Amino acid sequence: MAAGVAAWLPFARAAAIGWMPVANLPMPVAPTEKNKRQDELIVLNVSGRRFQTWRNTLDRYPDTLLGSSEKEFFYNEDTKEYFFDRDPDVFRSVLNFYRTGKLHYPRYECISSYDEELAFFGIVPEIIGDCCYEEYKDRKRENAERLMDDQEDNKDAKLPNMTFRETMWRAFENPHTSTMALVFYYVTGFFIAVSVITNVVETVPCGSVPNMKEVPCGERYTVAFFCMDTACVMIFTVEYLMRLFAAPNRYRFMRSVMSIIDVVAILPYYIGLVMTDNEDVSGAFVTLRVFRVFRIFKFSRHSQGLRILGYTLKSCASELGFLLFSLTMAIIIFATVMFYAEKGSTSSKFTSIPASFWYTIVTMTTLGYGDMVPKTIAGKIFGSICSLSGVLVIALPVPVIVSNFSRIYHQNQRADKRRAQKKARLARIRLSKTGSSSAFLHSKRNGLFNEALELTGSTEDEKRLSKSTSLIESQHHHLLHCLEKTTNHEFVDEQYYQQSYLEAGLQNYPSQSPSLSSQDGVTGTCCTRRSKKQHHTPLPNASAPAHMQPLKHTHTHPQGLQELSTIHIQPLSTSRSSLNMRVEEPAPLNCQSSQITTAIISIPTPPVTTPEGDAHLPAAPTLQNVVKVSAL
Amino acid sequence: MLTMNLEGLEMIAVLVVVVVFVKVLEQFGLLEAGYDDSVEDELELSAVRHRPEGLEQLEAQTRFSRKELQILYRGFKNECPSGVVNEETFKDIYAQFFPQGDASTYAHFLFNAFDTDHNGSVSFEDFVMGLSILLRGTVQEKLIWAFNLYDINKDGYITKEEMLDIMKAIYDMMGKCTYPVLKEETPRQHVEVFFQKMDKNKDGVVTIDEFIDCCQNDENIMRSMHLFENVL
Repeated sequence: MAAGVAAWLPFARAAAIGWMPVANLPMPVAPTEKNKRQDELIVLNVSGRRFQTWRNTLDRYPDTLLGSSEKEFFYNEDTKEYFFDRDPDVFRSVLNFYRTGKLHYPRYECISSYDEELAFFGIVPEIIGDCCYEEYKDRKRENAERLMDDQEDNKDAKLPNMTFRETMWRAFENPHTSTMALVFYYVTGFFIAVSVITNVVETVPCGSVPNMKEVPCGERYTVAFFCMDTACVMIFTVEYLMRLFAAPNRYRFMRSVMSIIDVVAILPYYIGLVMTDNEDVSGAFVTLRVFRVFRIFKFSRHSQGLRILGYTLKSCASELGFLLFSLTMAIIIFATVMFYAEKGSTSSKFTSIPASFWYTIVTMTTLGYGDMVPKTIAGKIFGSICSLSGVLVIALPVPVIVSNFSRIYHQNQRADKRRAQKKARLARIRLSKTGSSSAFLHSKRNGLFNEALELTGSTEDEKRLSKSTSLIESQHHHLLHCLEKTTNHEFVDEQYYQQSYLEAGLQNYPSQSPSLSSQDGVTGTCCTRRSKKQHHTPLPNASAPAHMQPLKHTHTHPQGLQELSTIHIQPLSTSRSSLNMRVEEPAPLNCQSSQITTAIISIPTPPVTTPEGDAHLPAAPTLQNVVKVSAL
Repeated sequence: MLTMNLEGLEMIAVLVVVVVFVKVLEQFGLLEAGYDDSVEDELELSAVRHRPEGLEQLEAQTRFSRKELQILYRGFKNECPSGVVNEETFKDIYAQFFPQGDASTYAHFLFNAFDTDHNGSVSFEDFVMGLSILLRGTVQEKLIWAFNLYDINKDGYITKEEMLDIMKAIYDMMGKCTYPVLKEETPRQHVEVFFQKMDKNKDGVVTIDEFIDCCQNDENIMRSMHLFENVL
């Protein structure tokens, strides 16, 4: 619970008086403060700098060092203060956390020293307030990456027991690991370059045979080029197959971009081999040669920059798409206008709107080839507007896009981070909510144990259990308990609610009560209306396991089932006496207003007959086994 | 025909040029577009800062000791540095105690009960007066306070509708996951029970005397009134 809210707990409890006249049931007893001291100042001496605060302030967070009895280890008898040999600057943030309930991360502080201090004082870093959380996480991530980089440099020392396959894969991915890898890296790079240059040179017109026209080199030295091509393709194929062999996850490797580029680079050659004899498709074959240029993309394995460029283009795809869209709009508008403007003039080149597209694009990009010019005045006016707007539309976004790249890139990262953090933050909030409600449910069961023990008068166990919850928590739980009594409904957890919702249909059968219902007739006559009263049957026998729960919650606690079996078998006098003891509760059965309920007990399908030990009964009894037992 | 087309287009061209020119002038501020800025709320600056009355006066008016008032004020000021609580903050604070349900309606009624001068905010004096009655008052005073809480329109009578609102607000705080499952008519039935008990002359409303009488005769209620006496 937040610090400030703890201060309002007295108010909330006082306001609970508003429920009292409405409630029909008696309220539970309030927890007493056993040793209520006057609030006092305590002095915390941190490496010479003295901090003072109220003791209550520190008690707000009992699961930290300062809030628990752990600080007594640091108590200095002579000076009557608590001495900590830690950094006083960071301690300021820690102490402010107690005061305000919010933990802040100072930007000038080193992240690892801050973490250490938090760990020392037992504070979980996740409760850093929203204002500083992002910064904290960023710094932490940077630090972790730096540590990881350092580790990776050390890690590259060859591990002794790697299989041949793994060695090969590592060699492919990181050429600096071994000499062989480096050699391989350079060889493939060389051959990629050779292949690309070959493709280019192939088309250059070489010297000509005198009586024929100029021929490109490719046709003159066909054999030589073919051999070169074959050699390159063989190298690439071998490389691809080796990578495929070494890949840890072949299917994923085959789907990756680089392997697709590899395949596309070598495929035309093989297709060409297959199709050489068929002259009809030689035209298509020629087209396939175009794809050989994709070999140049293989360089991206060798160049980090290419990879980053590709990645940023991909991540800015939406921006580029929008730019393209607006350009298209502008082009269409201007082309239409120019077409209609030039429609009147004779021998106009603007024969159709698509023909005007060419003019618009050339003008807007300020190329101005001059193959199409407007002749009418209107055409010239609109043409000038077109070129002016072209300057704006084209030239302006280019630097904006460049800066957008970096901005969007970081923003994307930050948006994802924030979304992930938001999910984590919501999960934290939800967790703390369920934590507090489940803490209440948990302490309710323990609380019943407390009440039972109060009746039987054993005090050591009570002490043992009561110190597990702080005073504030017990007061909060008492408040929730009062609300339960007022409305006569109980707080339950989610799964129990689902189950009871389902069996709400089954609730109406009155008759299935086994031998437990020997006291059936006591109050059956009294209350004719549908009536409910909470009735818990804690078993006072000390041999039962330490955590007793009311039998309703048996579906989550197998020990509860065991208790049922003890009721089943042991002489009913024990249970009867305890039931009787509960009846003597000071609530008179005022038939108009009190309501009696039946405790739903789950019995497993074979009724267990062993009273001792932890019978490990099936954990989830089915709904059919839910039986109503009328209590009392 | 053609000349007509040309002229039309020329006019359009000239119009476009003129419009662009005007826009450029506007940009340079030479032509006012004629929109009025919204005046910033100067009132926001003077945030409500409230200083409570002195410690002696509060000591005289309430039944708290000096030390207790100090503790109360420290907690209050810590949570609301401006010195007053408005309804939103009130609802937030109260909602933290009931994580499973929705405490806002009940907090609204509670706020109205604490805000005795109905100025929309609860100052420290209101807060401490209310607490004084609830924690240190006589049973009679506590019952009057409770009656005031239930009587939403403060007309001196609790009608069934008012009670139903209060009851629904209380049940809302329980939330969804309860045992037994909360049904639609549960609050209404509870109100019926309440009225049967309290409304002696069966006139459909509960007056303050009926209320106090009936509560004083009910042992449960009497006992629970003393429940929170050792808070603070």
